Amino acid sequence: MSLKTRLIPCLDVMGGRVVKGVQFVDLIDAGDPVAAAIAYDAAGADELTFLDITASHEGRDTIFDVVARTAEHCFMPVTVGGGVRSIEDIRKLLLAGADKVAINSAAVNDPDFIERAADKFGNQCIVVSVDAKQRLDQRVGGDNRSEWEIFTHGGRRPAGLDAVEFATRLVARGAGELLVTSMDRDGTKSGFDLALTRAIADAVEVPVIASGGVGSLQDLVDGVKQGHASAVLAASIFHFGTFTIPQAKHYLREHGVDVRMDRAA
Amino acid sequence: MSLVTIIDYGAGNLHSAAKAFERVAAGLDDRPVIEVTSDPDRVRQADRIMLPGVGAFAECKAGLDAVDGMVEVLQERVIGGGVPFLGVCVGMQLLASEGREKLVTPGLGWIAGAVEKLTPSDPTLKIPHMGWNTISVLRPHALLAGIPTGPDGLHAYFVHSYHLVTDVAETLVATADYGGPVTACVGRDNIFGTQFHPEKSQALGLQLIENFLRWAP
Repeated sequence: MSLKTRLIPCLDVMGGRVVKGVQFVDLIDAGDPVAAAIAYDAAGADELTFLDITASHEGRDTIFDVVARTAEHCFMPVTVGGGVRSIEDIRKLLLAGADKVAINSAAVNDPDFIERAADKFGNQCIVVSVDAKQRLDQRVGGDNRSEWEIFTHGGRRPAGLDAVEFATRLVARGAGELLVTSMDRDGTKSGFDLALTRAIADAVEVPVIASGGVGSLQDLVDGVKQGHASAVLAASIFHFGTFTIPQAKHYLREHGVDVRMDRAA
Repeated sequence: MSLVTIIDYGAGNLHSAAKAFERVAAGLDDRPVIEVTSDPDRVRQADRIMLPGVGAFAECKAGLDAVDGMVEVLQERVIGGGVPFLGVCVGMQLLASEGREKLVTPGLGWIAGAVEKLTPSDPTLKIPHMGWNTISVLRPHALLAGIPTGPDGLHAYFVHSYHLVTDVAETLVATADYGGPVTACVGRDNIFGTQFHPEKSQALGLQLIENFLRWAP
């Protein structure tokens, strides 16, 4: 099997500029998303994810321009998430040059939407964002519940859904990939929630991207080896230059994770 | 000046494909014009034709059929006129005799075979086959010239759950390994198809597009 584990830098975008939220508050403006995309492309990133965190509010259209300009320079797969609510949103993003869209709130509120979108555009471009937190109450398992529940609105609003059950159900409706983010770990640099990642990866047929909490290169290895993820996503360790994409790829390879080294020599 | 048409039939990442073709075309001596079009008359005038496609086989075929006169022009120019043709992803799968995704749908029938669900021998392998994989060339082809292939070669970006299983061995040009061989490239005469996305495959993809724009089958 020579399919490689993907390393995906994520750019949080607000109003056409890159930001990275620590636990989704305290945003720091740190650059032009297209310039960052070009740099990641040249460094050998396997895909790029834009999360438009302005999406629920104003400035929505700036992301289409960011995606279109990125597609002029970067010949690599691009996923866009944040505020994707309608078939028309998806069509516009795909036409601008996105390959996949990540859907969170709309998947929670209306699972039929995922089925319509998958029928229209194909399962392969529909990523469902599974934003999960560990339960506060400890009554886990008695009614087939897992340890995690689904949140929406950037982790602020509990959806009252079990995370593993939600993930399994949305794959059955047509999700072609799952972006699993631990809202407890996001921005903490304390590593992925490996138990969450593994619980979902082992329950579904489709690839899982582990997200939320990367602080070290070993965290990336653990996401694959222990979390059973097909891809690992990180933001701040790359964006603030703590590590480079080639450093991460060499580390992954040295620790037994098969990665694409076309540009990381 | 030569004309390359990328067919717009409501299925596919046309902007990315057009940008990748434009990037390569700008570096060629004859500067071919890249045009995204749903107009069969423009396709009739094209010196090269590219057919993209993402989504499900039946929806893509229905979309192509819905463009009045397009399939007829493709038959006329590609089969009758020998115009170089590149199909990508579902645009490649449409070359098959039939698709078996959700329901059985006839394809263009240019590459004998059927589009079937991937069945990796290792049941833990994820479907879709999504990400970067190397390819193994079974039959050397002008469109793969100058591209390092094999386990230590460059990678191509795949995202699919179905692939074209050819009836005629000679039309299978390259495979990827995903719990068994997965069709990566098919071809015969002036027709070529890739399951992976050249427009998303960085160095490998840009070289393949350049080879296509120079191809004289």
